[in-house]
Amino acid sequence: MTTNRRDFLKIAGVSALTLMTPTILRPSWAKEKMITPVSALTAKRWAMTIDASKCSNDCTDCITACHAVHNVPNFGNPKDDVKWIWTEPFASVFPAEDHAYSGQTLQKMKIPVFCNHCANPPCVRVCPTKATFKRPDGIVMMDYHRCIGCRLCMAACPYGARSMNYRDPRPFIAKINLDFPTRTKGVVEKCNFCEERLAKEQLPACVLACKQKAIVFGDIDDPQSDIRKLIEKRFNLRRRAHLGTVPQIYYIL
Amino acid sequence: MLEKALKGSRGYWIWIAVLLAVAAIGCFCYLQQLDYGLGITGMSRDVSWGLYIAQFTFLVGIAASAVMLVLPYYLHDYKAFGKITVLGEFLAVAAVIMCVLFIFVDLGQPSRVMNVLLHPAPSSILFWDMIVLSGYLVINIVTGWVVLSCTKKEVPPPGWIKPIIYISIPWAISIHTVTAFIYAGLPGRSFWLTAIMAPRFLASAFASGPALLIIFCLILKRVGRFDAGEKAIQALSRIVAYALAISIFFVLVELFTAFYSQIPEHSRHFQYLFAGLEGRHNLVPWMWTSAVLAFTALTMLLIPSIRRKEGWLAIASAFVFVSLWIEKGLGLVIPGFIPSPLETITEYFPTGTEVGITLGVWAVGLIILTLFYQIFVAVRSDIDGTTARHGISEKN
Repeated sequence: MTTNRRDFLKIAGVSALTLMTPTILRPSWAKEKMITPVSALTAKRWAMTIDASKCSNDCTDCITACHAVHNVPNFGNPKDDVKWIWTEPFASVFPAEDHAYSGQTLQKMKIPVFCNHCANPPCVRVCPTKATFKRPDGIVMMDYHRCIGCRLCMAACPYGARSMNYRDPRPFIAKINLDFPTRTKGVVEKCNFCEERLAKEQLPACVLACKQKAIVFGDIDDPQSDIRKLIEKRFNLRRRAHLGTVPQIYYIL
Repeated sequence: MLEKALKGSRGYWIWIAVLLAVAAIGCFCYLQQLDYGLGITGMSRDVSWGLYIAQFTFLVGIAASAVMLVLPYYLHDYKAFGKITVLGEFLAVAAVIMCVLFIFVDLGQPSRVMNVLLHPAPSSILFWDMIVLSGYLVINIVTGWVVLSCTKKEVPPPGWIKPIIYISIPWAISIHTVTAFIYAGLPGRSFWLTAIMAPRFLASAFASGPALLIIFCLILKRVGRFDAGEKAIQALSRIVAYALAISIFFVLVELFTAFYSQIPEHSRHFQYLFAGLEGRHNLVPWMWTSAVLAFTALTMLLIPSIRRKEGWLAIASAFVFVSLWIEKGLGLVIPGFIPSPLETITEYFPTGTEVGITLGVWAVGLIILTLFYQIFVAVRSDIDGTTARHGISEKN
């Protein structure tokens, strides 16, 4: 059989098309599944409460613990800053609730802020590569190896929770924790609710680091959990909840 | 046809050499950025998009120039545009290539750019923007090239090109709409969270694109021995006038909503733009320049005796271009981040390297455009030369 150029191109084209079959017909058994170690802490929906009234003004225990565990660099300038947890004044965290007569206690308060692990996260919606995604248990995660660094998620996040590695972070990490990956320049990162610790049956680093027990972490979907009982008992606020992002960090003030 | 780009006057080669030099400087700056990271730019944690994305946004508008020629010519049989639709299409091609380059240089991890195709995310507007921009690029290369080839051979364009040309009209609308949606759909950025974003994009695009075309037509008349014809240029100037008026109106509508409602989330960004906030007013002089240029240009374009004089028309078109470059290129992207979601005011100042890369991308775009226009002028003067029996083409 002789093959002319036209036939060859036809066959090559059809063969190339068959490569797409796995993406079009994706049987259920071939879909990605979440594998959870047996010993891991699990939940239907992870959430956190912060009792900021327990925070003392100069305390940075949660920040130090988190940034050490997660190899967060310290560039020493606000322009390149990478932060997972940091503190902000009440007026910045709850601009709609602030007024001229808020009182000293509220005005002086330093409130810890981080990723809200929204149930309806805009960052996940806008990501062009699915590098940021939401797990079934509510944790909004980052794939540092897939992120192309377009920073659309930073524009989409209404909480300023995301940081870009504007330069190589590794020389700026005080002490590298070998149990957690360091990042490369050009990718975005943020709080991950310590998913790597949950998998090892450990509570998030900030929760354990807080001597005042100001941070409570747990399954908000479980009516018997501490966090659920706390939220039902104490009045709480969520940051910019009117935006429909359904943030999962509840502030008790 | 490509070989025609290799024959040109001395001025042509000097122009190409200058552009190549600027592109080389841009390339050098980009290598530095690649090595150091995006921290070499003025972008920060708070202002995470800057000059690159702003240029991209503005150039999507320039790419619209094509449709303002194609629509009157192909849908309304407006013959005066017959000669220059190809110019619009080639301008669109150069503009879209610049758009893609600006997105590329803005990426933190450019080597992973193919992840957008490997892991397509239809919920992301950026994914759709990639589709509409690449589609628009292909459509304009094909239509521009086919129509010009047929002009060269002095045969009518093939029938199959017509549907593609018709598709290019709604497609041009789509590139603006989708680009506007990148901004308009973000919950926390109230400066962009406005339904008029896409219409505003379209209006300013239909002013800035044709304004640039007028300038190019006038340049080609001077140095390229190609005359687009007064009728075509005057028609373009009327399009610019209408589009500019609508564009100004849309901005005023935005200002009314922000300032009369007095919702701080909405008004503070505009306050920063036009008056400054807490002593920070980096963009204020730019925005007032843009406003003054826009109103001056509109007045000039509305008065027929001014509009009909080529020199004045060139100045008015340049005003429109600069005004809208400021409005889209600086005043739309950057203030979206100022103040930040945490109410902090971090200003943005581009660095030298960043400006170098930006100029480099513009130079690449202009090289592509110059090559296309050189081919176009060569083809046209061949035809006009044969029909006019060496009438005007020997003027040099």
